[in-house]
Amino acid sequence: MSTFAVPSELESEIDELISHYPEKRSASLMLLHAVQEHFGWVSKDAIEWIAAKLELKPINIFELVTFYPMFRQEPAGKYQFKVCRTLSCALGGSDKLFKHLCGKFSLDAHKHGLQTTKDGRFSVEFVECLASCGTAPVMMCNEGFYEGVTNAKADEIVTKCSA
Amino acid sequence: MPQEYRLILKHADQPGYTPDIDCYLKHGGYGALKKVLALKPRDLGEGKTQSPQEFIREEVKLSGLRGRGGAGFSAGLKWSFVDRKGGKPIYLICNADESEPGTFKDRQIIHKDPHQLVEGMILSCWANDVKLAYIYIRGEMPEGAKLLNKALKEARERKFLGKDILGSGYDLEIHVHRGAGAYICGEETGLIESLEGKRAYPRIKPPYFPAVLGLYMCPTIVNNVETLCHVTHIVNMGGAEYAKLGTPNNTGTRIVSLSGDVKKPGYFEVEVGKATIGELINDPAFGGGLRDGRKLQAIIPGGSSSKVLKAGEKFKLKKKNKDGEMAIVETDLLDLPYDFDSLMGAGTMSGSGAIIVIDDSRDIVDCLANLAEFYAHESCGQCTPCREGSLWMNKALHRMTHGEGRKADADYLLHIAQNIQGRTICAFGEACAWPVLSFVKKFKPEFEARGAADEAKRKGAGTSQKFAAHPDQQT
Repeated sequence: MSTFAVPSELESEIDELISHYPEKRSASLMLLHAVQEHFGWVSKDAIEWIAAKLELKPINIFELVTFYPMFRQEPAGKYQFKVCRTLSCALGGSDKLFKHLCGKFSLDAHKHGLQTTKDGRFSVEFVECLASCGTAPVMMCNEGFYEGVTNAKADEIVTKCSA
Repeated sequence: MPQEYRLILKHADQPGYTPDIDCYLKHGGYGALKKVLALKPRDLGEGKTQSPQEFIREEVKLSGLRGRGGAGFSAGLKWSFVDRKGGKPIYLICNADESEPGTFKDRQIIHKDPHQLVEGMILSCWANDVKLAYIYIRGEMPEGAKLLNKALKEARERKFLGKDILGSGYDLEIHVHRGAGAYICGEETGLIESLEGKRAYPRIKPPYFPAVLGLYMCPTIVNNVETLCHVTHIVNMGGAEYAKLGTPNNTGTRIVSLSGDVKKPGYFEVEVGKATIGELINDPAFGGGLRDGRKLQAIIPGGSSSKVLKAGEKFKLKKKNKDGEMAIVETDLLDLPYDFDSLMGAGTMSGSGAIIVIDDSRDIVDCLANLAEFYAHESCGQCTPCREGSLWMNKALHRMTHGEGRKADADYLLHIAQNIQGRTICAFGEACAWPVLSFVKKFKPEFEARGAADEAKRKGAGTSQKFAAHPDQQT
């Protein structure tokens, strides 16, 4: 038996989201967001739960998790840093910023994909264009958005998270 | 001296201007909506009448508004393709999946003046008999999604949205739908698939033109954020008056996103075609020029998918001369008017209105390698030429920037890119091929020198070549 349980508050939020669409399947991405925001990641059980809720096969949801880069099949750190890697930010020094953050958290700046510190507090990841090219380099920390991030500014943001 | 002309961003950066509905109303917000709801059918004579909706659609056509998302297609024409006789519901989707590298204009509207977008959407929906619409916003803009949801809630509370809008009998609902990090969702048919809860694999056209077979196989209009905002101003000003802004066939204003190697990167709203690329980059009112001591190397003029322009390039453009006759005029890159047609004439495009400036301190191979990585990451994988080709180009550029290049890589890259463009379902094929084709063709000596230097280094070190030549290159 799966121990996966969706709290009633989240489920009513989900029911509301489903009501926005003439066809239930359309709510897939919004449900994945809601579940990931609540649990921190999308587990196999969560995929099955969403599929059942939308009267779909689990594969219909799983193929979304593997296609859309924002969905995670494993937990990320409590504070997740997404550093923009694309051209304007690269010209603005995003490589330096990424290396600085990786160094700070003892992570490997040459590794691809999301990396998380052993204590599960911080994750760092290079992502593609975040659409704020005029204030490069930019990054996100969870839902927060930061522009013109120097190493010093990055340190401040990390300190604020750690406080 | 060209100046900014702020229509869309008129209030956005004013001190004290907030994204809530009261502030928008105080600045005349929802006036255009009240205006159209009061319109009566017009008698065209000979027993013909024109409905208020038809009238507004004609006004949009008259305005000459061209889509601000990338293709620059006439918005009025796009609306005119909608199948209104089939009896199926018509949907409208606002494309707020702003993710073309270099572009950051929609973010300003959504964050600073969300009600302007909501009003533009309501007007566009009303004019096209739409009852249900969506805003597809990219997943990485959670704050934007919240602001839009709040704006929609406020609009509902004031009866601008929902059932029986302002007592007119017109019902409309708009919902926010979040993407999840896939660039391909900006392609309108990919976006529709994504909104249906599927992988964002673009659909083949024909037959899947959104105007006929869009969301749930119903007629669907997909418009960019900025395009929809312009509709509000067209209603307020009238189409003919709006068309006086900008230049012929390139009407209105547009928000230019300027980034990269300039002193003052940022967004500037200008009348289309009234400022040249050079002015946008160098004028103190805009980019303020390159950093001291730096020279221009290249410009990406319309988002990363547009073909790069090399400093010093000259183009032969058809223009009216002093006597009002059409003549071929040689135009320097910096003197190109920043509009749809001039950039097309220069073999590139103004795309999403995003200029990325690259100065002489930058390694041009590195710049292209960065973009190739983007496209390799973002190819949806549906069509073989793009799925494989974008990765091959990325691999080749990766080795070139990691000391393992070859002189022949330049031609190899061109060969792959030529085999992608025109051979895919959607325009992503061109989007990933064009940067490679243009960078390598225009900077061929740089690319060949880079590869040759790596080869010489390997020879000197006495090691065999790590990469065997590709069969295509052995001829």
